[in-house]
Amino acid sequence: MSGSRLRALGCAVALLVLAALPACGVTIPGLFEGPLDAPGTLNLLALCFVFGTLALSYDLVFGYTGLLSFGQALYFATGAYVTAIALAHWNLDLPRALGITAAIALVLPLVVGAICLRTKDIPFAMVTLAFAEAGSIFVLQNPWGLTGGEEGLTLPSAALPAALVGVTNTRNLYWLALGLLAVAFVVAWWAVNSPPGRVWQAIRENERRVSVLGINPYLYKLGAFVSSAFLASSAGVVYLLIQGGANPEITSASFTLVLLVMVVLGGVGTLWGAVLGGIAYEYLDVRLLGLSSAPALANLPPFLHVPLSQPLFVLGLLFIVLVLFFPGGFAGAAQSLRARAGSAAGVR
Amino acid sequence: MLLAITGLGLGALYFLVACGLSLIWGLMRVLNFAHGAFFTVSAYCGWLAANALGAPGSWTAWLAAVAASIAAGGAFATFAELALVRPLYRRPVGQVLVTVGLALATIALVQGSFGSDPRDFAVPAWMGKTTAIAGAAIPNTRFVTIAAAVIALGLLVFFLRRTRYGLIVRAGVENRAMVSALGIDVGRAFTLVFAIGGMAAGLGGVLAATYYGSIDPGRGSAMLISAFVVVVLGGLGSVAGSAVAAVLVGLVQQFLNFYAAAGVGDFAVVILLAVVLLVRPRGLFGVS
Repeated sequence: MSGSRLRALGCAVALLVLAALPACGVTIPGLFEGPLDAPGTLNLLALCFVFGTLALSYDLVFGYTGLLSFGQALYFATGAYVTAIALAHWNLDLPRALGITAAIALVLPLVVGAICLRTKDIPFAMVTLAFAEAGSIFVLQNPWGLTGGEEGLTLPSAALPAALVGVTNTRNLYWLALGLLAVAFVVAWWAVNSPPGRVWQAIRENERRVSVLGINPYLYKLGAFVSSAFLASSAGVVYLLIQGGANPEITSASFTLVLLVMVVLGGVGTLWGAVLGGIAYEYLDVRLLGLSSAPALANLPPFLHVPLSQPLFVLGLLFIVLVLFFPGGFAGAAQSLRARAGSAAGVR
Repeated sequence: MLLAITGLGLGALYFLVACGLSLIWGLMRVLNFAHGAFFTVSAYCGWLAANALGAPGSWTAWLAAVAASIAAGGAFATFAELALVRPLYRRPVGQVLVTVGLALATIALVQGSFGSDPRDFAVPAWMGKTTAIAGAAIPNTRFVTIAAAVIALGLLVFFLRRTRYGLIVRAGVENRAMVSALGIDVGRAFTLVFAIGGMAAGLGGVLAATYYGSIDPGRGSAMLISAFVVVVLGGLGSVAGSAVAAVLVGLVQQFLNFYAAAGVGDFAVVILLAVVLLVRPRGLFGVS
């Protein structure tokens, strides 16, 4: 059996195990608060999968095409907010709301990307940031009472199918998030190995060379931008369903920065690294917050207790250490370990 | 009139944050995301100093706050350059990422230590009053902010034009490889530029506290985004460009937020940035 087949088999087994998770009531002390099939645990895991998908989508533009975009939050928020507005204000049913969301999630990045990609490098990063900021201002200003402003927008439970509402149905949302991640991973894997995907990576390495070869980099970059944005919007929709509402925090510039942290944490330019980074980040963010109220920590002196109770402080520090000492993130660290093991075996 | 002066005051704040960013980018090609953290940390240091020295609201307390903020901004920026940016000179993306990490961690630490709610920042009684100009009552804090920014701009121009290190910095912005080929230690100029940028951000931090009458952990990040807009609009690496763009952004925001609707001004600035970048990717005053 070849290596790639073996890997595909491994992924399939992992997927099956994860899909069967809601059916086993084992408690893993320390890792999760409740047993594995408790709604709280499933909710956390579903959120982890959503952020894994989001990090994966960001890796397509940043890691594979080399475009440092600071506007990814805009498309995630587009998915969440457009669906929420269609359900809550326009009283549409879920399929129609999703249809509208899909249309906007394609047109918006197409227009924004077409404008932004006329610039390169840092100006590109800045223009994407500017558009994302414009989106954030839009949401916060609450035009025509659409977005709910700072309060956010809560989904009316009557607008959703019964299978997606209520604590007992958390497992359905969990499966939805897992399915999203699996589909996104397959799509991304297929995309980066397809001929256009190879052009993306060529653009990352040397854009001028690509254009000298007679290929127009602009169109390929736009393709990467739009497909990544669309994946991000799909993640946004599932996020909305899991959270039961949209909050303006997901439109902010710092949310995009967090996304950058996720991808770098996992390893830029590797699909599974990005997924792992997204999952690990969200898990740590939630769990560290839970840990901060733990009695063991409250007894510590304030100069230790205060920093440790801030998840972003711990994550930021971890991030700095990773950037300084493990530039490749998890994936890079694993690779260098493997290389070291290989060379050690070779010496013997 | 009130709008014009308020816009100028806001522009002054933007300039103080943006000039450091612009210099750092121009010389080192580092996009410094930690600049907002410098701003926030110095504002809190100034607040602590004001509370420790002198009665709140007295001039001594305020001056102590200004001095402490500038010192804290400079010290923090120097530390960041030496400890975090320096080891990554060969990895430009790594430098950007490390400043992102520093920004996240620092803001979280400030939030954890002082809470996320705004804290009142007492200013001397004179600054709480208003002065009438052309029939409009204008808060005196606006004048303080503008005056301080003008002084900072003057000092910065003096440093760049008239001193030896200023010469090295200007030459480095033009052509870094040539300067190091001539046997000049550019690394020291890097640290210096970070320190100056940090001090300017520190001054911005305490002035923003004066301007708004309060400090809160999130303001640095909000300022940073506006400063990015200013820097890119003015042209990366150009101090004069930052000054002009800062005033422009401040005025546009104030006037449109008042005459159109709240939020329209912020929106227009973003659109302005996009338009300028598309027509003139280097910014208004950009050279290279």
